[in-house]
Amino acid sequence: MTAPAAPLAARRGPLGGLAAHPSLRVLEHDLLVFRRGWHSYVLSGLSQPFLYLISMGIGLGLYVNRNGGAPDGVPYLNYVAPALLVTQAMMAASFESAWPIMSKFVWEKTYLAAINTPLGATNLLVGDLMWISFRAVLLSVLFFAAILALGAVSSPLAVLSIPVAVLTAMAFAAPIMAFTATQKTDQPFNVLFRFGITPLFLFSGTFFPIDRLPLFLQPLAWATPLYHGVSLARGLSLGRVEPLADLIHLAVLVAFAVAGLVAGRITFRRRLAL
Amino acid sequence: MPANATPPDSLIYARGLTKRFGSFTAVDGVDFDVAPGEAFGFLGPNGAGKTSTMRMIGTVSPVSAGALTVFGLDPARDGARIRSRLGVVPQADTLDNELSVLENLLIYGRYFDLSWGEARRRAVELLEFVQLTERSKDQVEPLSGGMKRRLVIARALINEPSLLLLDEPTTGLDPQARHLVWDRLYRLKQRGVTLCLTTHYMDEAEQLCDRLVVMDKARIVAEGSPRQLIERYVTREVLELRFRRDEGEPDDGETDDGARLDGQLEGLAERIEHLPDRILVYTADGEATAAAAFERGLRPTSVLVRRSSLEDVFLRLTGRSLVE
Repeated sequence: MTAPAAPLAARRGPLGGLAAHPSLRVLEHDLLVFRRGWHSYVLSGLSQPFLYLISMGIGLGLYVNRNGGAPDGVPYLNYVAPALLVTQAMMAASFESAWPIMSKFVWEKTYLAAINTPLGATNLLVGDLMWISFRAVLLSVLFFAAILALGAVSSPLAVLSIPVAVLTAMAFAAPIMAFTATQKTDQPFNVLFRFGITPLFLFSGTFFPIDRLPLFLQPLAWATPLYHGVSLARGLSLGRVEPLADLIHLAVLVAFAVAGLVAGRITFRRRLAL
Repeated sequence: MPANATPPDSLIYARGLTKRFGSFTAVDGVDFDVAPGEAFGFLGPNGAGKTSTMRMIGTVSPVSAGALTVFGLDPARDGARIRSRLGVVPQADTLDNELSVLENLLIYGRYFDLSWGEARRRAVELLEFVQLTERSKDQVEPLSGGMKRRLVIARALINEPSLLLLDEPTTGLDPQARHLVWDRLYRLKQRGVTLCLTTHYMDEAEQLCDRLVVMDKARIVAEGSPRQLIERYVTREVLELRFRRDEGEPDDGETDDGARLDGQLEGLAERIEHLPDRILVYTADGEATAAAAFERGLRPTSVLVRRSSLEDVFLRLTGRSLVE
């Protein structure tokens, strides 16, 4: 009918190669879907932090503070708030890289439609990871606003807990997306969340330092990206910068995200190009 | 791939095209060409290898062996370029239930790198073409099967493809919905869009295809226009006879029964085919054959004379019905 479309890379919009990147088309799709439900998302994104901060930080904190507060005498709310910010971003991202991604492979099969366009499997992976990260940004900003509102900020560096939370979210989302692409049903997700994500939430130093854990569990906490995200965000929020430790935390988070992307590139391709 | 292997006028060129999944061979060394403007069909039962062939053409399934070019390009190397010029109607609808009817088309247009304005212009036009304009703001879920299929066809046309791949475009649709889809596909063909489709409906292949290949068990068993295939493999007419089983006779008796009947029909027809419920007698003149059989004392409970179809071709080639 008409002349064939020029290859994507040959077209340059105002943003150059970035705007023409096919992965951004996938993000665009997700944003279009989001346009319908963003109100309720923002509403719950704002109410959740208050629930957590008030119950844990203030309620539980009353008892903790009476007994000398968190380590180094920090008020418990200030201690727990950055950790909660990171864990809620991690939890949301983990969920979103499981069931909704499974749906795109299995239930609604929208990925199967997308691969008939110039988009490739990697574009779908990268685009949807960007989308999940975007939601983590949104949730973390809202959470941070709640922390500010409750006056639980000890240092201007606390604002850095937002990018740390987003990076932690990616460190979970990328490997879980890679895993999702290998599954035919959502059964394994129940196991993953019950025995993986939820225990991490409880035992990665969110509510108490991991040196309170039984000795054999401590290395386990060390090996999970959540512990590193929580430690990094908490340190920054309390105004303590420890260059070496912080770099290690950062490196672990980046390593998980990159490893997840590399694995996802393989599993997405395998799943979609049979 | 050898140089100059592609005839310049082939949109799709396949030689020895093979698809394996582990030890299972889904497509076993098939050869075919599709010319521009042609409506080309793959006819065959489920599991014959039609979908695997289509997926290789659509560049979403790597070729295991053999040669394949689409638009003269190599699917392994130029997948994205090929897909940018293809329209694909997959077997499953794969519509996005989180988007409206119109948005499904817009987003798909964006995947093809159209501007929002251009995507909208084409989407509005295509919704008109598939008669879904009134539903453009609606969600996808409540649409009927026929409407969803038409929407998928519209979606496949958003990039103005010169080649449209349709995998069982009317499977699961009621007769009215099927005819509407056929009508739209026929119009596309008239506009010069090349159609490449799979089907296990003979009537669909006869309605839509200029040329087709019959596939069975991963191989192509015949090739030609519907008319050529009928002329080559079957007689002009078919006489269908049904008999009541004798009471008390065991129900395994097709062979006994058949042998007895074969004797009585001997010499009346070119070929006789026994189906579980009826006997097909291939003959140039069904009426005359029926009369002759009657004279020999045969008393079928029902007699039907019809023109032979691709179903008969398939039966002849494989010894089995197409849709079991």
